[in-house]
Amino acid sequence: MTPIIEVVDLKHVYSPGTPFEHKGLDGVSFRVERGQTVGIIGHTGSGKSTLIQHLNGLLKPTSGKVYLDGTYILKDKQTTRNARFRVGLVLQYPEYQLFEETVRADISFGPKNMGLSDAEVKKRVEAAAACVGLTEALMEKSPFDLSGGQKRRVAIAGVLAMEPEVLILDEPTAGLDPKGRADILENLKVYQRQKNATLMIVSHSMEEIASFADQLLVLQKGRVAMYDTPAEVFKKAAALQEMGLAVPQITQVFLRLKELGVDIDTDVYTTGYGLKTILAKKEGAGHA
Amino acid sequence: MLKDITLGQYFPGKTIIHRLDPRTKIIMVVVYIVALFLAVKYASYGLMLAFLVSVMILSRISPKRLLSGMKPLIIIILLTGILNIFYTGGEHLLVHWRFIRIYREGLINAGYMILRIIMLISGTFLLTYTTSPIELTDGLERLLSPLKKLHVPVHELSMMMCIALRFIPTLIEETDKIIAAQKARGADFETGNIFRRAKALVPILVPMFISAFRRADELAVAMECRCYHGGEGRTRMKIMKMKLRDYVTFLIGALLLAGVIVLRHFGL
Ligand SMILES: Nc1ncnc2c1ncn2[C@@H]1O[C@H](COP(=O)(O)OP(=O)(O)OP(=O)(O)O)[C@@H](O)[C@H]1O
Ligand SMILES: [Mg+2]
Repeated sequence: MTPIIEVVDLKHVYSPGTPFEHKGLDGVSFRVERGQTVGIIGHTGSGKSTLIQHLNGLLKPTSGKVYLDGTYILKDKQTTRNARFRVGLVLQYPEYQLFEETVRADISFGPKNMGLSDAEVKKRVEAAAACVGLTEALMEKSPFDLSGGQKRRVAIAGVLAMEPEVLILDEPTAGLDPKGRADILENLKVYQRQKNATLMIVSHSMEEIASFADQLLVLQKGRVAMYDTPAEVFKKAAALQEMGLAVPQITQVFLRLKELGVDIDTDVYTTGYGLKTILAKKEGAGHA
Repeated sequence: MLKDITLGQYFPGKTIIHRLDPRTKIIMVVVYIVALFLAVKYASYGLMLAFLVSVMILSRISPKRLLSGMKPLIIIILLTGILNIFYTGGEHLLVHWRFIRIYREGLINAGYMILRIIMLISGTFLLTYTTSPIELTDGLERLLSPLKKLHVPVHELSMMMCIALRFIPTLIEETDKIIAAQKARGADFETGNIFRRAKALVPILVPMFISAFRRADELAVAMECRCYHGGEGRTRMKIMKMKLRDYVTFLIGALLLAGVIVLRHFGL
C-alpha cells in the first residue's frame, strides 16, 4: 500500500539571501503508514514546527517533495486545498487562531470552508466538541472569555471538526495541567480509533510520547537523526542525551539499576511496563 | 511571506557607518535630502550618486537588498514617474494623441523624478538598516531636546516611536502565524470577488488586534513594574559622544552640500 505520507529529501531555507539565512530543514525523508501514531521529538529549534507545516502545504519547501497518499501535494491549487482538509494541522499555541463570537461559530469555521451542508457542519461541530470535552454551556460563550486550557480545546476542536485523515498537532499539551494533558491525548486516541486516522504529535515530554506513539521521529538540526519504534530509540540513551533530549524517567531508573549491578532488562519506557517488569523480577527472586 | 518585507528593518553590523553616532546619521540624512532637492542635472546627480554608493560600500549593504526593500513602494514610484511624463510641458513634442501630449522634457523629468525618489528612499533605508531602533530614537530625542523648553513631549514621542518600531517585526511574525493557522483551517484569501476577500480578512484581523492589545497591556504592566514614569530625571546607560569620525562625516556633509550648490549655480 502507498504510505499515507511520504517526505522526500525536504529542505527549507528561511530568509534566503539575507544575513538571517537559516536552514530550517536540511534533507528530511521518511514515510508514515496509515493509522500509525508518530511522535516527533527534537531539541528546541530542530525544525519540528517547520517540518509539519510542510505536510499540508502551508510552507513551500526550498527543495524536496511531500506526497499525500501518493499525490504530490503542491501539484496544483486544488490538490493543495484538498491536502489542507485531509491533513488537519494544529499549530503550536493554537489559541491565537480564535476569532468568532462564539465557540460554536469558531469551531464551524473549518468545516464551513470545506463547503459542507449546514446539517453536516452542525453534526461535525457537535462531535468535535464532545471529543475534546467541551460542554454545551461553553459552546455559546465568546472564545476570548475562556481559560487557556479551554481555548486550546476549542482550537483543537476547530481542526477535528474538519475530520482529517491525518491529524498533526504541534505540542498540543504544552502548558496544560496533568489532567488536561491526559484528557487531550485520550481524546485524540478516541478520534484516531473512530476514523482510522493517522496521528502525528510533536512533544517535549518523553513520558507522553513513549506511551502514545508507535513510531518516533527524532530531529536534530533539521535532519532526521532516528526514525524507529520508541523501544529502539530509547535504547540509544547516550545519543539522545547528546542531542539535548532524554529517555523517559522510568527508563533512566532502569538504566541506573542495571549500572548498579541489578540483572534487569532496560527496554522499559512506560511506568506501567516498568511496574510489571519489577513485579516479575520480584516474583522470580521469590521463587529462587 | 510578510516576513520578507524589510521596510525599516535593522541589519546588525560593525562597519564604520554602523558605529557612527545616530545623531550624526540623522543629520546627514537631512543634509542628503536637502542636497538631493537642490540637485538639478547630470553633474549634481552624479555627485549625489557617488556619495550614496560610497555609503553603501562602507556599510556593506548590497544594492539588491536596498532595492528589494523598495518592492512595496514600486507602484508609488512608477505612478509619480508616469504623472510627470504627462504633466510636463516643453518644446520637443514626441507623441500627440487626442489630449495626450508627451514631450521629451517630460520623459527626462520623469527619469530624474524616479531617480530622485529611489535615491531618497535609499538614503533613509541606509539609516534604518545601519541604526538600531533604540539608537535611532535616542538620537532623535537628543536632537529634538531643545523643543522640551516649548513643552513638546519629546521623550514621550520618542518612546512611542521606539515601541512602534520594536513591535513591527513582532506583529508581522504574529500575523504570519495567524494566517498559517487560518489557512490550515481552509481559509481562502485568494479567490472570490472583493467583498468575499474583504470578509476573508476577518479571521486574521480579529486575532491580530486582540494580540496587539494584549501585548500593549503586558508591556504597560512590565514598564510600570520597572518604575517607568516618563522622561523626567531619567539617566542613560549609553551616553552618546561625538567622536572624530563624526566630525569628519559632518565635514563630508558640508562639502556635499556646498558641491551641489555650486553645481546648481552653474546649472549642472
Ligand atoms: N519564520 C521563520 N523565519 C526565520 N527562521 C525561522 C522561522 N521559523 C523558524 N525559524 C528557525 O528555524 C529553526 C527551526 O524552527 P522550528 O520552529 O521548526 O523549531 P522547533 O523544532 O519547532 O522548536 P520548538 O521546540 O522550540 O518549537 C529555528 O532555528 C528557528 O530559529
Ligand atoms: Mg515548534
